[in-house]
Amino acid sequence: MEALVARNVTKRYTNHTALDNVNLTIPANRIFGLLGPNGAGKTTFIRIINQIINADSGQISIFGEPLSEKHIGTIGYLPEERGLYKKMKVGDQLIYLAQLKGMTKAKALDKSKEWLKRFQITDWWNKKIEDLSKGMAQKVQFISTVMHEPRLIILDEPFSGFDPVNARLITQEILALRDKGSTIIFSTHRMETVEDLCDDIALINKSRTILEGSKKQVKDQFRSNTFSIEHHGNNFQLDPTRYEILAQKVIEGDLYATTIKAQTGIKPNQVIRELIEKTELSSFHEKLPSMADIFIGLVQGEDEIALRTHLQESI
Amino acid sequence: MNKVLLIIQREFLNRVQKKSFLLTTILVPLIFPAIMGVMIYIVIEQSKSTEIEVVEVLDESQRFTLKETRYFRFVPAEGPLDSAKAKYDSHAFGLVYVPPFDIKDPKGFTFYSRENATMEQMEDLNKFFEDQVRNMKLAQYKVDQATLDALKTDIKIRQVTKGDDGEEKSSSSDMIYVIGMVLGILIYMFVLIYGIQIMQGVIDEKTSKVVEVIVSSVKPFQLMLGKIIGIASVGLLQFIIWIVLSFGVTSSVLGYFGLKTPQKEMMEQVSKQVDAGDNAQTEPQQGDSAINENLSGKKASTERLQNETLQNFLSLPFGKIIIVFLFYFLGGYLLYGALFAAVGSAVDSVQDAQQFQFPVTLPLLIGYLSLFIIVLRLPHSTASFWLSIIPFTSPVAMVGRIASGVPAWELALSMILLIAGFLFTTWIAGRIYRVGILMHGTKVNYKVLAKWFMQRG
Repeated sequence: MEALVARNVTKRYTNHTALDNVNLTIPANRIFGLLGPNGAGKTTFIRIINQIINADSGQISIFGEPLSEKHIGTIGYLPEERGLYKKMKVGDQLIYLAQLKGMTKAKALDKSKEWLKRFQITDWWNKKIEDLSKGMAQKVQFISTVMHEPRLIILDEPFSGFDPVNARLITQEILALRDKGSTIIFSTHRMETVEDLCDDIALINKSRTILEGSKKQVKDQFRSNTFSIEHHGNNFQLDPTRYEILAQKVIEGDLYATTIKAQTGIKPNQVIRELIEKTELSSFHEKLPSMADIFIGLVQGEDEIALRTHLQESI
Repeated sequence: MNKVLLIIQREFLNRVQKKSFLLTTILVPLIFPAIMGVMIYIVIEQSKSTEIEVVEVLDESQRFTLKETRYFRFVPAEGPLDSAKAKYDSHAFGLVYVPPFDIKDPKGFTFYSRENATMEQMEDLNKFFEDQVRNMKLAQYKVDQATLDALKTDIKIRQVTKGDDGEEKSSSSDMIYVIGMVLGILIYMFVLIYGIQIMQGVIDEKTSKVVEVIVSSVKPFQLMLGKIIGIASVGLLQFIIWIVLSFGVTSSVLGYFGLKTPQKEMMEQVSKQVDAGDNAQTEPQQGDSAINENLSGKKASTERLQNETLQNFLSLPFGKIIIVFLFYFLGGYLLYGALFAAVGSAVDSVQDAQQFQFPVTLPLLIGYLSLFIIVLRLPHSTASFWLSIIPFTSPVAMVGRIASGVPAWELALSMILLIAGFLFTTWIAGRIYRVGILMHGTKVNYKVLAKWFMQRG
């Protein structure tokens, strides 16, 4: 089942088009990375899902139903520009925000206590936000985003402002939420987050979706049949019509590292088979392009062939 | 709708629970009576400790009887003027030189002193000589006290107005003036103070960035409405507390000094005016029986007038005035509140708000100033009519004229227009607000505001 399907979503402002016929499918119960450079239209898209603004045209359905006001409680939203009421106490704030999402006061009270306990910050209940550090306030904000048990959670740069310890804590919570059945949309520029956490991605650039699919599909689409091997002795020869040696260097003694590119159609097993006959192989792996490379390449407007070359060089 | 209630509740509780709310609510009504108390205290102390100064009088006309007044003890000086001038300051506060004068045109009176005499001292001095010259004139024209008293005329014209129902009512223009002024000032203050609070609240939400989270749960319009209504209820509560407290505290402070509250004062204003013209001759010290008689007659007439004033006061259509006041109080607040919310949404800081705040407050200020210049003085003029019909000035202008009697159709028209007016400003404000609250760091001018207003969805 799809958590969210967007069809031909368009949003125009007086001077520019923020979204131009955007199509996206976000599978349920997955972590979805919504990527794109600044100004690509991500925030506009997220605001449309949150019904903060309306699209000019196009349809959005959420868990099979057309998006409407009743889905406000279905969604949890952590905006990039964080903020809570500075003068309000943590407990009151959590209850208020959950109530706005449609939770009853009694349930909101239970849930907020449960989450504070979980993060071991129960003594913050009566503290005002202005008395908390930035990282502490971020934690409260994260709780407020997920407290009403939304099925769809939208996190815009969720790790900014967290130290590594808390970032890990939040990561664990995000994974736990997915395992409990929530769908998570990540909007981020941090490619390591995407590599670590996302199951699926979409890349929006200049108001359009230019890439969409599971992380594996995307990587496969840009694989260049390049392999990195370590071996003893450098005296092997490969058929130059089928293989190209891109780089070679000494690691230690007679242990070498070599990067080779095979012609399209040659499978990894075949490469291994040929190498085993010619050299003492100690390690072998296929070099896949990183998400960062794919992102930068596509955003800089390179066509697929140019991008492949770019990716190959960057490896 | 339920969510709007939540927002109202938060805005209300959050403000009411603040220490600053408690402080201003309790302190403001104390400030006015406290200042008044201090001033009255100073005046009373001062008058107690007034020193009687010795003043020499060089009376070349030989016509004045020297005695003691409130500030001075007059003693005769030795002439001629030059020698008197040279030595008076060794043993007296000053010297009055009275040349021989024509009773029809007394002039040439001069007061010499080292220190400047105060205004009150000079008044006392003038009165001393004026009174005696006046008596000389009375004697010259052969007028005795009895004739003089008989000449004194009191006419208090009773004002009777005809209502829409044809019923005649006794009224008082003074009271109408005071009521109109107080109500007008209250509305002006309320709209301005709490309008600015709305603006501040919107700016706070915007700068703390909490607004994006909120509008993912509620419509921007609901948020704006909740804020406006929430702050209105804080304002109403504060006003009620202020009125109760200031009334209580003022009367107790004044009561302490044996004085009357402004409210009582106001009710006696009319009778006082009738008494104006009373002077030294009716002062009881003179002990003349005719005068005493006269005084008791006056007392009776004063009492009668007070009763009438009270009756006039009570016969004002208070139910109507209160309902109209509350209507314009809220109507005016909603009309301007929405505009203040729009201003807050368009800017990133209170400083930036200045440029948009001015055009919003201008019509309110016009209404306020014209209250004093036109509406209170000429409540039935064409200008007053228009001021109380146009929604931007009507909240202040209409309550300014309501006590003087406004035809029902005018009131109805004005009320309908005010409702239409605040629906209109709320609609405009809502359209600007929904875009503005999500904009950061944009340089905003009127063109940008117009663009936001036109923007779809």
